[in-house]
Amino acid sequence: MTALAWLIPCALGLGLAALAAFLWALKTGQFEDLDGAGWRALEDDDADVGSDAGLPRWPGSD
Amino acid sequence: MVEVSPLPRNAAPVLPHQRLSLIVDNMTCGSCMAKVERTLQALHGVSAARVNLSARRVSVEFEPGAVTPRSLVDALAAAGYHAADVADVPANAGQKRERELLIRIGIAGFAAANIMLLSVSVWAGMLSDMGPGVSGFFHWVSALIALPAIAYAGQPFFQSALGALRARRFNMDVPIAVAISLATGMSLFQTLRGSEQVYFDAAVSLLFFLLIGRFLDQRVRVKAAGAAQHLMALRADWASVIGIDGAISNVPARALEPGMRVQVAAGARVPADGIVRRGTADLDEGLITGETTPRSVGPGDAVFAGTVDVTGPIEIEVTAAESNTLLAEIGRLMEAAEQGRGLYVRLADRAARIYAPLVHLLGLATFVGWLVAGYGWEAGLTAAIAVLIITCPCALALAVPAVQVAAASRLFGKGLILKAPDGLERLAEIDTIVFDKTGTLTLGEPQLLEVDRIAPDVLRRAASLASASRHPYSRALVRAATDRLGPVAVASGVTEHPGLGLSRSTSAGEEQLGSTAFAGAGDTGSAAVLWYAAPGQTPIGFNFRDQLRPDAAKVMAALRAAGYQTELLSGDSPARAEAAAVEAGITAVRGGQSPAEKIGRLAALKNAGRRVLMVGDGLNDAPALAAAHASLSPATAADISQTAADVIWRGGSLAPIVELLAVARESRRMALQNFAIALTYNAVCVPLAMLGFVTPLIAALAMSTSSIAVTANALRLRGKRCRLEARS
Repeated sequence: MTALAWLIPCALGLGLAALAAFLWALKTGQFEDLDGAGWRALEDDDADVGSDAGLPRWPGSD
Repeated sequence: MVEVSPLPRNAAPVLPHQRLSLIVDNMTCGSCMAKVERTLQALHGVSAARVNLSARRVSVEFEPGAVTPRSLVDALAAAGYHAADVADVPANAGQKRERELLIRIGIAGFAAANIMLLSVSVWAGMLSDMGPGVSGFFHWVSALIALPAIAYAGQPFFQSALGALRARRFNMDVPIAVAISLATGMSLFQTLRGSEQVYFDAAVSLLFFLLIGRFLDQRVRVKAAGAAQHLMALRADWASVIGIDGAISNVPARALEPGMRVQVAAGARVPADGIVRRGTADLDEGLITGETTPRSVGPGDAVFAGTVDVTGPIEIEVTAAESNTLLAEIGRLMEAAEQGRGLYVRLADRAARIYAPLVHLLGLATFVGWLVAGYGWEAGLTAAIAVLIITCPCALALAVPAVQVAAASRLFGKGLILKAPDGLERLAEIDTIVFDKTGTLTLGEPQLLEVDRIAPDVLRRAASLASASRHPYSRALVRAATDRLGPVAVASGVTEHPGLGLSRSTSAGEEQLGSTAFAGAGDTGSAAVLWYAAPGQTPIGFNFRDQLRPDAAKVMAALRAAGYQTELLSGDSPARAEAAAVEAGITAVRGGQSPAEKIGRLAALKNAGRRVLMVGDGLNDAPALAAAHASLSPATAADISQTAADVIWRGGSLAPIVELLAVARESRRMALQNFAIALTYNAVCVPLAMLGFVTPLIAALAMSTSSIAVTANALRLRGKRCRLEARS
C-alpha cells in the first residue's frame, strides 16, 4: 500500500491545481466578457494599436 | 473589474489617471468593439480603452485635464454610438456576491470530486480486500478536505439560517444548514470512532448542488439590475448651467441645485423643475400629462423636469421648493403604493413556510421512533440525517432559480427585461390588464392623416420647411413626406417662431407653416391643426393623430381571447381616450385621469378581487405602476416609471406583452411541476429513509438525481413554444 502514499497526494494535487486555475481565471476576469473574447481572437489589429493608422481624428483630439 | 491593458501611447502618463466606465448601447458585435476602442484611444489624453462586450461597457483610462467624460461621450456619438457614463454608480454589490458564490462553487466542487473519489475506493474496498486501517485513513483524508470546504462554502446557508432563526422564523436555509451540519458532525464523530458510517461525500455534494441554485438566482438579479441601470444611464441628462459670468458649463442633471440658471436648447430635455426666465418655446409634456400636443411657455411659466423643448431655446431658473415639485409628489404617491406590494411572498418562500417545519418534525420523529424502538441513538441519528438529506429542498432552492434563468434569458431575447425577481410569479396571477394611452397603447408621437389627399408638391414644400424644426407635427410631416416621396430637401433660411410656426422668405413672398392664426387660415371650420401657406395662395390644412401601435388591436384581441379583462386609463381627454379605446377594441375606458385617480381605480379593482397588470410609460403612471400587482413599461418611458415597473420592453410593437404573459404562466406551471416531482420523490423516499433502508450516502445520490431532473425540466422552458391560452 505504499502506492497510496504518493497516489493520494497526486490526486489531491491535481484537483488543487484545477481549483487554483479556476480561481485564477475568475480573479483575472477571464469570465467577465464571454462574448467579446471570441471576437477579439478574430481581430488582427496588431498593425494599428499604438499607431492609430488610418483612423479619423476627432475635433479637439490634437 | 475589467483589466485595462496598458498601451504604448506617446502621451506621457505623468498626471494621475482617472478611470471611467461608459455604457455603450448599440455596440453589438466584434467590429463595433474594435471601433469603440479605437475611437476612444484616438482621443488625446486617453491612455487606454477596453470594451466588455457582454456588459456593453467600455472602461476608459484618461488624464482628467485633457479629456472630460462628456467629450468621451461626444466622440462616441460622432462615431455613431450611443453612450452614457455610469461614473457615480458604486461597485455593484450583486456582482461581488456572484463572484463569491462562484469561488464557493469551485471549492465545493473540488471537495466533492475528491471526496467522492475516496468514497468510491472505500465502497470498492468493501467488496475486496481493503482493511479497516486503509478505509479509516481514507475517511480521515475525506474529513480533512470536507471540513474546511464546508466551513467556507456553506457560509451563505449558515448565515441565512442563523439570521432567520434569530428573527424566530423558518426559511429554506434552516433545514439545509441543519442537514449539512448534522451530517458533517456525525461523520466526524464516526471517523474518530473508526466506524464505516461516514458521509462527508453526501454533505459536500449537497452543498455543491445548492450553491449552483443560489448562483443562478443571483445571476438573474444581477443581469436584471444591470439591464435596468443601463437603460437609466442612457437617459441621464446633462444640463447647460449658466454661470455668474455668463459662461456655460455642462453639469449632470442630478447635480443641479435650486437657483441655478439653465439653458435648454431646442430638442433637449428640461433637466429640472423650474421657471422660464427668458425665451419662449413649445414643450412636449407627453411623459407627464399624457398629452401629445406641445404646450407653449414663456417667461414666468413653470416647467417640469422630463419635458422636451421642441422649438426655441429657453433659459430657466431651477426652483427651490423641492418638496413641492411634481416629481416629489409623484414619488410620495409611489412610496405609499409600493407598501402594498411589499407584502407579496414568493412562491418558494410560501412553500418553505410549510415545508421547513415539516422536514424537522419528520427528522425528529424518525430519531425518537428509533430510540423508542430500542436501536440506540447512533442508528436513530443516521436515519434522521438520511431523512433530512432526502427532504433537502432542492426543488425549491435549485429548480425555481433555474426556471427563472431560463425564462429571463428567453424574454431578454424578445426585448423584455425582467427587473423584479418575483415579477414573473406575480405576472402569472394577472387577470386584468390596465393600459395607459399615450406612449403605451399609442406610439406617443403624432402621425399625419390622409397623406394621399395632399398634393405631392404641397407636401414636399411643406416638409422641406418643416425639416428645420423639431416640433412633433413638423417631424410627422417630414416622416410622411419621406415615406411617400423619398428624401426631402432641407429648406434654408427658415425662421422658427416658438408657439406659432415656421416661416421663410422666398422670391415670391413669405412661405409659412404653423398654427391656424399664424398661417392666416382664418375660421374655415376645418379641424386641421397645422397649416401651410404658400405666397399668395389659400392655406392648406394638415390633420394629425397619435396613432395606435400597429398591432394594438390584434394584441388586445389575443389578450381578451386568453381571458384577460382590459381597461384603458388615460390622462388625456375623455373623447380622445374613448376614440383610442374603440380603435383598439377596449370597452372599459376612463379619460382625464389624474395620477391619484389612476391609483384609486387600481385600488377599486384590487378590492373587487382582481389582480391587475398596469402597462404605462408616463410620469403620471408611475404611482399606478407601483400600486398594481405587476407592472410593465416601454423602454421609452420616464425614468421613474421604469424604476417602478417589474418588466421593461423595447421596440414599437405590443406583441411582447403576449409573450411575457405566456412565459410567466408557463414558468409558474414549470415551478409547480418541479414541486410535484420533488414531492413524489419525497413521498417514495422519506418512508424508506425513516425505516432506515436509505443510508445518508444513497440519500445524497438520490437527492442529486432529483435535482438534475428538476433542473433539466426547468431548462426546457428556453425552447418551448409558449402560447397564451384561455384560463380554465
